[in-house]
Amino acid sequence: MDLRKKIKELLPGWLEGPAPEGDVVMSSRIRLARNLQGYPFPHQADGKALETVVEKVKNALKRTTFTLKRLDDMGQSDRLLLVEQYLVSPDLLKNPSHRGVMVNPEQTVAIMLNEEDHMRIQSILPGLALQEAWEEANRTDDLVEAELDYAFTEKAGYLTTCPTNVGTGLRASVMLHLPALQMVGQVKKVLSVLSNVGLSVRGIYGEGTEAAGNLYQISNQVTLGLTEEEIIGKIVSVTKQVMDQERSAREALLGKDSRLQLEDRVHRAYGILSEARLITSEEALKLWDHVLLGVKLGLISGVTVEQVNELFFLIRPAILQHLIGSDLPPHERDYYRAEVIRNHLKTKRG
Amino acid sequence: MWCERCKQRPATVHITQVVNNHKTESHLCVTCAQESGVAPGKELGFLFEPNFSFHNLLTSLMESEFGPQSALSPYQAGIERCSTCGLTFTDFRQIGLLGCGDCYQAFGRFLGPLFRRVHGHISHTGKVPKRTGGKVRIKKEIEELRRKLQEAIAREAYEEAARLRDEIRAKEEKLK
Ligand SMILES: [Zn+2]
Ligand SMILES: [Zn+2]
Repeated sequence: MDLRKKIKELLPGWLEGPAPEGDVVMSSRIRLARNLQGYPFPHQADGKALETVVEKVKNALKRTTFTLKRLDDMGQSDRLLLVEQYLVSPDLLKNPSHRGVMVNPEQTVAIMLNEEDHMRIQSILPGLALQEAWEEANRTDDLVEAELDYAFTEKAGYLTTCPTNVGTGLRASVMLHLPALQMVGQVKKVLSVLSNVGLSVRGIYGEGTEAAGNLYQISNQVTLGLTEEEIIGKIVSVTKQVMDQERSAREALLGKDSRLQLEDRVHRAYGILSEARLITSEEALKLWDHVLLGVKLGLISGVTVEQVNELFFLIRPAILQHLIGSDLPPHERDYYRAEVIRNHLKTKRG
Repeated sequence: MWCERCKQRPATVHITQVVNNHKTESHLCVTCAQESGVAPGKELGFLFEPNFSFHNLLTSLMESEFGPQSALSPYQAGIERCSTCGLTFTDFRQIGLLGCGDCYQAFGRFLGPLFRRVHGHISHTGKVPKRTGGKVRIKKEIEELRRKLQEAIAREAYEEAARLRDEIRAKEEKLK
């Protein structure tokens, strides 16, 4: 089978399409927590109640293009693939019985069934498109709501398993790529300012101090007492401020004092990423971060931003395993990973 | 440094989170990080949802709102129970999760202050589902009509009472 075709099948469908402000914003995500009236929340429910929830939601959407994937019907590597494609959370995999996800053909909307809540409606889009993602999630919510009664009270809004989600049940988030702010040592300062407005910022890092891949997530903490539009508006306006600061940091790095150093750094990263014969996902992500910056700034030519964005997914174990088509022990994984990256970067495009 | 969740393995995943000017740092082992959803998959962690840290926040807020777990009076610990799903208030404090929609009613007097601490608000102002939300509205209207009906009967205003009865019936029909 044509490798290119196989890659396209494994990359999450939502990655396709335009990415507004894609130089800084990787993706926008909306999540709505919903529960059906009259059934205990998943952690208190028995198998029969959980199964009823699955059937009810499936029936509510039977005239739509959503299809149900049951975790019970698939192997662990297919489940991990869904996690890496961002269609389900790792939590859903803990207990696969009576769990599943309903996905639209474009994979832009996924409804997780019986995770912490009966339903978690997620809409995810590339770039800064939080409003569009909200509209899509909202439409899906309307479809279900036309058929089923939600656990809802006028005072507390949508009733959720965890009280930190009550009210709108909305978690809106954007994933930002902030390599330049990190390089100029400003990332902590810029991000700590955001906390004043009730938003949460997270970077995850392994050993050492850098967020993996210089990726940060901004999301709302407050879900009660604000409208959905207010929550989204706040995140969008804050994101725009951070975007401006990242862009000025990139400008500054391109100045004559630091340009050569920056060029050296991104080309070294590109050299290793495009020539290595063994590479772990951790090392690949570190190099990926610099290569992506280099391509975005036009310092590295012959490779497109889309191509590098795709690599973010291709380095991940389950996607890689599906690409190779067999169960790989970790050291062989590193070999195939290096090969996939090499081939992917050498495919001329654009 | 040891993992602050299991306290059994070295902490290798470090998460910094800032909420409302309040900076919290979590230090976890890879296993706990994966289990709490901050580091899915076997190799690289990457973020799905900041549930874990909000959950931590909730637990610490409950400590400060209701005192330490051990300080609960027997009344609170034992008898306070949701009659629909059977969850006790002690269960809720331990797992930080409610058991069903009716828990919100059963533990209402505890949840109010908690909402204020977590969200800064206690009332929903966002989307209202047309069906469930509509029913809530209709039920309220029926209650109001029933009250008027009692009044009308007391006044011996039978024509008005008949009209109110029809209205109630029509609304009850909508609820079916
Ligand atoms: Zn641990
Ligand atoms: Zn309950």
